[in-house]
Amino acid sequence: MSASEALTTRSSPQADTGRNAQEQVFVTLMVADQLCGIPVLSVRDVLGPQTITRIPLAPQEVAGSLNLRGRIVTAIDLRRRLRLPPEPTGAPQMSVVAEQGGELYALLVDQVAEVMSLRSAQFERNPATLPQEWAQYSNGIYRLLGRLLVVLDVARLLALTPENV
Amino acid sequence: MDDLLSDFLTETNESLSALDLALVKLEQEPEDAATLSLIFRLVHTIKGTCGFLGLPRLERVAHAGENILGRVRDGVLAVTPDLVSNVLAALDRIKSIVGTLGATGAEPAGDDAVLIAVLDAISEGRSPLDTAPSAVRAIEPSIDSHFDIVEAPPAVVEQSVQTAAALLPAPNAPAPATAAPALAAEPVAAELAAAGGEASLASQTIRVGVDVLENLMTLVSELVLTRNQLLQLARSQENAGFTGPLQRLSHITSDLQEGIMKTRMQPIGYAWNKLPRIVRDLARELDKKIDLVMLGADTELDRQVLELIKDPLTHMVRNSGDHGLEGTAERRAAGKPDTGRISLNAFHEGGHIVIEISDDGRGLPIDKIRAKVIQKGLGTEAELNAMSPEAIQRFIFRAGFSTAAAITAVSGRGVGMDVVKTNIERIGGTIELKSVPGNGTVFTIKIPLTLAIVAALIVEAGGERFAIPQISVVELVRAREGVSDAATTAGSDEQSGSAIERINGTPVLRLRERLLPLVSLDDLLHLRSDARGGTSKPPAETHDSSLTIVVAQVGASLLGLIVDRVFDTEEIVVKPVAPVLRHISMFSGNTILGDGSVIMILDPSGIARATGIAGSGDSRQLERSQDNKTSDFDPDSCTTAMLLFRAGDENVKAVPLGLVARLENIPRDRIESAAGSPVTQYRGRLMRLVPMSGSFDPSRAEQAVLVFTDGSTGVGRENCMGLAVDEIVDVVESNLRIELSGAREGILGTAVLAGRATDVIDTSYWLTQANQDWFKPMDTRDLEHGGRPHLLIVEDSHFFRQMIVPVLEAAGYSVLAVPDAAKALSLRDAGMMFDAIVSDIEMPDMDGLEFVRAVRSSGSWAQLPVIALSGRSSDRDVEDGREAGFTDYVGKFAKDSLLQSLRQCVSQPRTSSTDPLRMVA
Repeated sequence: MSASEALTTRSSPQADTGRNAQEQVFVTLMVADQLCGIPVLSVRDVLGPQTITRIPLAPQEVAGSLNLRGRIVTAIDLRRRLRLPPEPTGAPQMSVVAEQGGELYALLVDQVAEVMSLRSAQFERNPATLPQEWAQYSNGIYRLLGRLLVVLDVARLLALTPENV
Repeated sequence: MDDLLSDFLTETNESLSALDLALVKLEQEPEDAATLSLIFRLVHTIKGTCGFLGLPRLERVAHAGENILGRVRDGVLAVTPDLVSNVLAALDRIKSIVGTLGATGAEPAGDDAVLIAVLDAISEGRSPLDTAPSAVRAIEPSIDSHFDIVEAPPAVVEQSVQTAAALLPAPNAPAPATAAPALAAEPVAAELAAAGGEASLASQTIRVGVDVLENLMTLVSELVLTRNQLLQLARSQENAGFTGPLQRLSHITSDLQEGIMKTRMQPIGYAWNKLPRIVRDLARELDKKIDLVMLGADTELDRQVLELIKDPLTHMVRNSGDHGLEGTAERRAAGKPDTGRISLNAFHEGGHIVIEISDDGRGLPIDKIRAKVIQKGLGTEAELNAMSPEAIQRFIFRAGFSTAAAITAVSGRGVGMDVVKTNIERIGGTIELKSVPGNGTVFTIKIPLTLAIVAALIVEAGGERFAIPQISVVELVRAREGVSDAATTAGSDEQSGSAIERINGTPVLRLRERLLPLVSLDDLLHLRSDARGGTSKPPAETHDSSLTIVVAQVGASLLGLIVDRVFDTEEIVVKPVAPVLRHISMFSGNTILGDGSVIMILDPSGIARATGIAGSGDSRQLERSQDNKTSDFDPDSCTTAMLLFRAGDENVKAVPLGLVARLENIPRDRIESAAGSPVTQYRGRLMRLVPMSGSFDPSRAEQAVLVFTDGSTGVGRENCMGLAVDEIVDVVESNLRIELSGAREGILGTAVLAGRATDVIDTSYWLTQANQDWFKPMDTRDLEHGGRPHLLIVEDSHFFRQMIVPVLEAAGYSVLAVPDAAKALSLRDAGMMFDAIVSDIEMPDMDGLEFVRAVRSSGSWAQLPVIALSGRSSDRDVEDGREAGFTDYVGKFAKDSLLQSLRQCVSQPRTSSTDPLRMVA
């Protein structure tokens, strides 16, 4: 099921088009026990575990490529991108598909959770002490009940060039 | 850029190419009113649209051109070649402005006053020469040349503007002015007239972006692959209810594929559009009469293929006009009509399109090709004698070959027939030629209709699958791992299979008497060390069994890829890789296989580049040296294959590959000792081993050995020696220039090879290390007869003397080398006698040509065979050489050709029992 379909069933049209400045909708996901969010409008698809073809000599963030309904999607390992250790249990990973420059990318994450509508009152800039690896890909933090959600910047996560990886 | 402008550009470009054609046609048939009105209408449309879009510069040029055409149409001016040239010049200017407009979105700055003044002068019926005495005369030289190249000084421009301005109010000036409204009206009428025939057509066509079609094509290709997969499944399942619908789906898919293919099809005439203009210009430039006949211009082929064959075709037509067709005088002498004919013929034939390019010129000169082949060391005279004329003619497709004795402005611009051939083969096509001396040449090109789906070989290495485009796969070879005979390959008795010889890990394969460089895909792609996520398979147990090698063609060279398994060929749709992966040169794309998995497509030329195996760059280098050949001798133009190895220390050392007979790996326990020095049994005889580093490394199980033998043909008299080294590194094709001369014994000097400083070993030193008598006659019968022929080598390069002398001595000659011609002549005057002389051409003071003239002119050597040895090898050089008196002409570093030539020149065995270097009374 695609996330955008999920969205139409769960949230208001205003939130969907982003006209309501007070609320923003995120697809939430888990990576290394941290809750993160990606703006729902940048998510094309959410995928379960996939067969991924390794690509020799590729930058280490590139986990490989996969076939999404006849399109070749480059899989980016979010843990490696954030300089995190690999998933200890080796459990199959889910992925969030996003588009960048006409190309599709799948961000491999530990778990994709629910779609949340968050109020801007809960939003804060990155704390100054946030580690560099996170700070460069984070747009800010939402204070949720009992836990924090890091807003990931998809464009910067996917801005992979042979030079900056 | 706004839509209006981009539409204008598309339309104008179309009009311009139509104009080129129409103008040439008009020149041939000046009375053709339909062509004239078409031309007028097109130019008028361009002008009108420019005015509308606010492009003043274009408008002015188009206007000036239109004026002339208007006058022609009114019957005031006659169509002359000069007039057409000038209108074409105006079109060229428009093209260049439109080109910049397309790139930058704005008109480039520039002044067209000179061009316009000339055009205006012509349109007013004046020769620019007569009417505008000073100004136009000043610019007159530019009329025949291209306006956009000639930079007229500002003063001239100003003057001509003034002249033009002064002329306008003159009595006959109203003509263009009054003509304008009339002209404006007439094209409308013309357009209306034309509209009657075209309106119905126009309303049925729509302009669709190429990317839309590309995308549709990709989707359909996927559909076809999925269909094939389904059919496969259906075959294995009996009585399935979906058989019927599946059949229908299959039919519809085929029809759809065909329909979509049609949308991408374009008549080959689009690729030919430029040719009439090119041929016309060519004919004028070369002062030949050329008739271009185009048949089957409406034969359709995929536009992608069309784009790719455009340039090769243009090049070949140029070639035919330039080299194929004779000049008028020569044609008359041969009893042919003055006008030469180049014909293009295109037609479909069984899923391929065939294009024939033929001329009725002089045909390919076999003698010249032969001479060239020999000079270039591409083949020996004996080999050529055994070849059919067709096989000899095919040499023109070899890299570094150009029949044009001189590089004219027309052809020889760094694109040779080898490039044409490579380009055609790259798209899966073939090229054949047939030539009858005196009757002309026919080239036949056969290319596939489309490139959207290509056949690929699916292979596995390191647990991953890869696709290799079938086009570049030459053959599959199964080879055993291990040392030739002595290997302990218990399992395989398969003697016919070739053996991979690993010399300290660097694999090579002897394939039909040639060393094939091998690359292991595992190592190349770091598949073993790259294990990720714990899913990687253990290294395949390939090292003790047979391996599969995919032999791939990369430009002119071959490359062997070691793979674990070969599956099958599959039709694949090539897709570009994601931007983040584009820097990996090993892949040309990726694709989705029938089973839905993603697979990377290997790029053999990328692999060749990455591994340093000379690829297409090689032929380019040769190409460049062709261009240089008219200048002074350039050491860069001779390349030689060098074997790189390590011995003793980390430094890479090199030896010309031509001197090495074989590479062997000798098991440690087979190295024995005889009379205190190491030997091994090799091919039933004892071979002395010389460790280059001074000693053997006892820790190694095998010893890499370079085997040197003397070139004698007789069985049993082969003298061989093994130079033990640590590791064979590579074979590189490089020009050899010794930069530093050797300070140590056994090293000739240092050269830069493959970007690294490399010691070039002194072969003769090492040979004598093994056998003091190496250079002495081996066979006592020879001694008795004094039968070693005596050679005199005249060569100024110390290095080259060092290299060539051991080769010749090893081949059974007694050699005396001198550094210059004067020394050689003094030997003659001293009364020395030889069997043959081998001389360099480029030498200081007295060059080889002068030397041979001196030899031939008088003295005891006048009848001796003299062989030229030179890096220069154009036809002209060979002719000069033969004229000067050389018996034969051999390329430097072409060891085999030299030996062959010597065998022919020196009749051996000689039976006279004279002393070496005998004196003549």
